[in-house]
Amino acid sequence: MTTDDLIARLAGDLKPVSRTAVAKRIAIGLGVSFVASWLLMVWWLGMRPDLMEASATMPFWGKLAYTLLLAVIGAWAIKRIAYPAGSIFINLILMTVALFAFGILAAGIFAMAPPEDHYALLTGKSLAVCTFNIVVLSMPLLIGAFWVLRGLAPTRLTLAGTVAGLASGAIGSLIYSFHCTESAIPFIAIWYTLGVLVPGLIGAITGRFALRW
Amino acid sequence: MHSVETRLKELMLASLAGDARSYAILLNDVAKHLRLYFLRRLAESHKSDADDLVQDTLMALHTRLATYETDRPFTAWLHAIARYKLIDHFRRNKIRATVPLDDADDLIPVDYSDPATDRMDVESLLQSVPEKSRDLIYRTKIEGQSIAEVATSTGLSESAVKVGIHRGIKAIAAKLKGRAHDNG
Repeated sequence: MTTDDLIARLAGDLKPVSRTAVAKRIAIGLGVSFVASWLLMVWWLGMRPDLMEASATMPFWGKLAYTLLLAVIGAWAIKRIAYPAGSIFINLILMTVALFAFGILAAGIFAMAPPEDHYALLTGKSLAVCTFNIVVLSMPLLIGAFWVLRGLAPTRLTLAGTVAGLASGAIGSLIYSFHCTESAIPFIAIWYTLGVLVPGLIGAITGRFALRW
Repeated sequence: MHSVETRLKELMLASLAGDARSYAILLNDVAKHLRLYFLRRLAESHKSDADDLVQDTLMALHTRLATYETDRPFTAWLHAIARYKLIDHFRRNKIRATVPLDDADDLIPVDYSDPATDRMDVESLLQSVPEKSRDLIYRTKIEGQSIAEVATSTGLSESAVKVGIHRGIKAIAAKLKGRAHDNG
């Protein structure tokens, strides 16, 4: 096909472009995969049985606030990296600040606790599975985020993959917090954070190949 | 000055609103710029890939119109996409780029040349012409005097003025040809 033919064909195919098209695509991609990941959590792990009582406690909301904050920064970063030459400098700064703030809070709680509680604060009852479960729950989200980005125009694929992974990890841990009964902030600060970073790493490695357009 | 950026951006805004005719004009213009952009960056042995790259980029642009933010320059958006497609091409074919990839200016070369540099080109060309002819060319072609006016003010005959101009222009033509040979 000659370039002139192609141009004629593309011009014939033109539809008005909505200004909210990018946001809409992100909402659809992340929304659908959120539901998928949520159903996976309910079916595979089950909601925590004490959800009603727990929702009256501080740790539950702390966990929720931390993961929700990271999820919002991450989803926003996906939007920014989806544009050609998009920069996510500000998102990475915000995310780092959030991680450090929560880390400092956790270190403070750890330091003030009696030494005999230290071990429990770090390992809880679900150490062996927590990070793993979060990573599994973030996989549908990672696929959703990749679908979002493949239809848009990220030009730095490794970075875009990292962002997609971090956002999936954050949303995955948000969903996981409805199953998980751990309440120690130091536990959350380590194992939930790791649950955000590992999908980020997976996204960084696969982004170069999976996000090509 | 009506720059390339202003023109393309206007066309793009009309295209986003659904105006197919503006869109066809835009794509035509863009295709020309892209061709030059890719040709300049492909090695001699890969020049034939330029047309594929142009079509590939046009298609990518078409499916990703939504990623153009209307408050930003169109040429920057286009350049980012073209640059991505070029790098992707290099990666796929395992080509090591030896040409600098990063000059956004090169995508729209005309856009950034202003009248001042054009004048400097003319001036430097005129320097290579014998002084007598140079003066005649300057008065007629640049100041816009008529042959008759120049003839009276220099005291030459009209035909002598014409011959002088003709010689000068021939000298310039020879010089330009020589330049083309140097580059090729």
